[in-house]
Amino acid sequence: MNPQLTRRRFIKGVIASGAAATTTATWYSATGQSRPSGFVERLVRINVNGQIRNVDVEPQETLASTLRYKLGLTGTKLGCNRGECGACTVLVNDVPTYACSVLTHSMKSGRIETVEGLESANGELHPVQQAFVEELSPQCGYCTPGQVMAAVGLLRANPNPSREEARHALSGNICRCGSYDSYLDGVMRATELTG
Amino acid sequence: MAYMHIGKDFTPPDVPGKVTGRIKYAEDYTREGMVYARLLTSPIPHARVVDIDASEALEMEGVLGMLTADDCYPDGEPQSTGLKMLTNEPTLVGEPILAIAAVDEKTAETAISKISVTFERLPFVLDPLDSLQPDGADAYNGGNTFVFRQGFAEEKWSSDQVASFRAGNEPTAEPQQTVAYGDLEASFSESSYVYEGTFTNAGYPHMSMEPRSALAYWEDGKLYLHGGSQSLTAFADGIAGVIGVPKEDLVFVNAATGGGFGQRARAGSIPVYGVPAKLSQKINRPVMMRVTREEEFTIGGARQGLTGWIKVGFKPDGVMAACDLWIVSDNGGKGGGADAYSAADCISVLYQADAVRFRGTAIGTNTAHRGAQRGPGQNQIAPIISPILDVAADELGISRFDIRKINTPMNGDVGGPQRTPFTSAYMPEALELAAEKFGWEERQSRRRQTNGSKVIGLGIGQGYHNAGRSGMDGIVMMGADGRLKVHNGVGNLGTYSYASTSRAAAEVLKMPWERVDIITGRTDLHLPITSPQDGSNSIFTNTRTFYGAAQDMLAKMKEIAANDLGGAVEDYDISNERVHQISDETVGMTFAEVAARGIEIGGKYTGSAELPEELAEWTQIAVSRLAGTGFMGVFHDPQHEGNPPGFTVTCIEIELDKETGKYEILDLINVAESGTIMHPKGMENQLVGGAVWGIGLSGYERHLYDPQNGMPASTGYWQSKVPTYLDTPVKIQTGWVDLPDPENPVGARGVGEPAQGSVSAALTAAITDALDGHIFGASPITADMIINHVAGTTENSVPLAQNNFRG
Repeated sequence: MNPQLTRRRFIKGVIASGAAATTTATWYSATGQSRPSGFVERLVRINVNGQIRNVDVEPQETLASTLRYKLGLTGTKLGCNRGECGACTVLVNDVPTYACSVLTHSMKSGRIETVEGLESANGELHPVQQAFVEELSPQCGYCTPGQVMAAVGLLRANPNPSREEARHALSGNICRCGSYDSYLDGVMRATELTG
Repeated sequence: MAYMHIGKDFTPPDVPGKVTGRIKYAEDYTREGMVYARLLTSPIPHARVVDIDASEALEMEGVLGMLTADDCYPDGEPQSTGLKMLTNEPTLVGEPILAIAAVDEKTAETAISKISVTFERLPFVLDPLDSLQPDGADAYNGGNTFVFRQGFAEEKWSSDQVASFRAGNEPTAEPQQTVAYGDLEASFSESSYVYEGTFTNAGYPHMSMEPRSALAYWEDGKLYLHGGSQSLTAFADGIAGVIGVPKEDLVFVNAATGGGFGQRARAGSIPVYGVPAKLSQKINRPVMMRVTREEEFTIGGARQGLTGWIKVGFKPDGVMAACDLWIVSDNGGKGGGADAYSAADCISVLYQADAVRFRGTAIGTNTAHRGAQRGPGQNQIAPIISPILDVAADELGISRFDIRKINTPMNGDVGGPQRTPFTSAYMPEALELAAEKFGWEERQSRRRQTNGSKVIGLGIGQGYHNAGRSGMDGIVMMGADGRLKVHNGVGNLGTYSYASTSRAAAEVLKMPWERVDIITGRTDLHLPITSPQDGSNSIFTNTRTFYGAAQDMLAKMKEIAANDLGGAVEDYDISNERVHQISDETVGMTFAEVAARGIEIGGKYTGSAELPEELAEWTQIAVSRLAGTGFMGVFHDPQHEGNPPGFTVTCIEIELDKETGKYEILDLINVAESGTIMHPKGMENQLVGGAVWGIGLSGYERHLYDPQNGMPASTGYWQSKVPTYLDTPVKIQTGWVDLPDPENPVGARGVGEPAQGSVSAALTAAITDALDGHIFGASPITADMIINHVAGTTENSVPLAQNNFRG
């Protein structure tokens, strides 16, 4: 055992870290010890839609699995679960990211936003959501949350994209119904709604 | 005609749920005590299960049970086409053999890895022509084809017959099916230009975005099944029989379906929903079966591949004199599909040929199971026939637009081998509208203009699908609050037809849309039967049923008012949610009052008596459960006369790069001729969605299989490439003719399927145009095919085949 680690210092570290439960992960966090090679903690703290969530995750667990099956955020869809379709797109630090292709334990420093986090507190739709409703952008709707998140990410980086720029920005999101034209109409409408 | 709702845009009630993620698809549900099922699927393309040793797996902690084909079919597996729930006789890689239920998926997967299945390997085949060889393998146990009402059989040609067909000649074998009209020989003799050649259409996977996951549990003797289907009540009606549960004891929950393009319309196409249902029954726990993308490839089904020979003759004036079509269909690993006949039917309808002969043979291969997929037959033949028309036009000195006008179907015409009259047909108007909006004539000066290695190609194409059925039922209800409740059994597959068809009822009763509730999403809300929602039929079929049900309610309203307030029924009309005397509008009752009065009287007013005798069993169950709970309008729709067609016309301009074989679609317009437009934005969605599908059919999507081991190589979105934003135009133009059809009370017909075919026809014609009239006779036409052609390699040196890079 590390001679510098006392039980008192360990407990103080846990309190300082804000963790509600002790795990080997928090032990290392509290002590500042370097982690053994290959170590992956189980309980992680992630920031989802502005809330800090403590989640017990498997080492190989993807963010999409955590969101859907641990946190009940089923708006994030799994179309392929292997980075082909974009249905699981969420924002990580404002960047559209395939949630099926990143591991949850790598998200500790990320600010994750899902489709459930876009509405305002009074239930007002985000301009992209409102524009997608007005333009009847979705067809079956399964890819829609991913399209919404990709569009929100685009408009944060570029509030006034051209249709061509929007086409490229959303090109990682497949729509089998072929509603691309209607989604682009929605993105352009959203730029109007946001002024 | 001035309508209150029809032809007006509105927001279907499920759209907010789609943009917020709140609407639930099957896999989004949970149930207390829910456990998980995983499938063990066949790793080889054709086999027989000799033994299953699951002893180690079943002893694992957390494993709750196993389901095999013997559990599903205690009297033996049905010897029929189509997927089964589970099988001991797999005929394609990925076919489900057994399922394990466990407390979590990881445990279930681990358990499956500990199961030892002994397979007897059987010969497999990937190409129908290989199977037709005298020593060719048979895809099925008992043959390579399925004869209706007779069972599996073996069909063989001589080696010379196969070789001759592969070499591009007319098949000489006896076809399984022949349909013909007109004097073929005489019509060809009148032709001054005759095209003859072979072609292939690749099969390709359905690939809806939502995999076919399902949750099942049993409560109080009822089966609750959460799944996704194009249809709602039609699917539930069928899946009850597949699972073996009485219709009245099945609750199918399906608020939204993540895409459906034919393969998700019918119970027979998704029998694996029976696996969680039967596992749940066996272990007495709710069972969720999540389906992976790879599993979706095999469970999800695919379009048939067609290998064919076509001969088309044109008279000097451009009239299509004759078409002779011979097609060998790839029926895949489970049989099914009738695309080839529909291809001939489509040519007959769209080009009104004087004489048509269709000959066809359907042969199985150990590849994905096949079935209906957006315009089955009509759409595969679209990219084949359209370039032929263009070359004929050039040869005869007729414009490519005019040759289509010369041959166009129109009101009063008949179509298909059965010579069925159209209910109405305004294809000439659609051609004119598309050409005008696109500027077809003005663009002709750009035709084949070059810019370095790039060349401009122009294409025009037409699409067709029969777009309407009838004979279904409708129910509308009203409570004492006066709100109209449309009990709608139409599935929510993304077309919003469940909402559009409900507006026919609102139209009859002149109800404000905000006073209308659509009752749908689960069958324990008591919904009437509908037709399966394939074949572009929902709008035609279900505007008829809900219009009729609302008319029944309207008649009952007038009866009650006349009885209570005096006068005759015909003295009454409705407005502003009141039924009132025509001569004095102050004498009347509100809808709420008349509904309350109807509930008080009971009998026929609440569905307790005097019901239409022809109601389907499913509807009878729904009506019996609703009886007495509200004021009811109920209707059984009689069969209509004639063929209500869905037509589309597309114009495309492309810029093709001869160095890369790639092309960019510079402009595209897709125009509908489908009767009255119910919902303009919904129509736009169908037209742009169909356009994307047409681009995929012409350029990208195809099955690929490893010829050595029969392993599928196109199980993902990138292998059988679905078009992306970057493969489609920056903006797709749309338009419609909007003339009413007399066989529908609001004039509407469907359009979903032809919207793909015309785009594929136009795009392939544009590619042909850019390449100086070279006909590939194939879909898709890939970049390598274009490069090979430009380089001087004869594309037809690659023999006809399916499930490889040629087809």
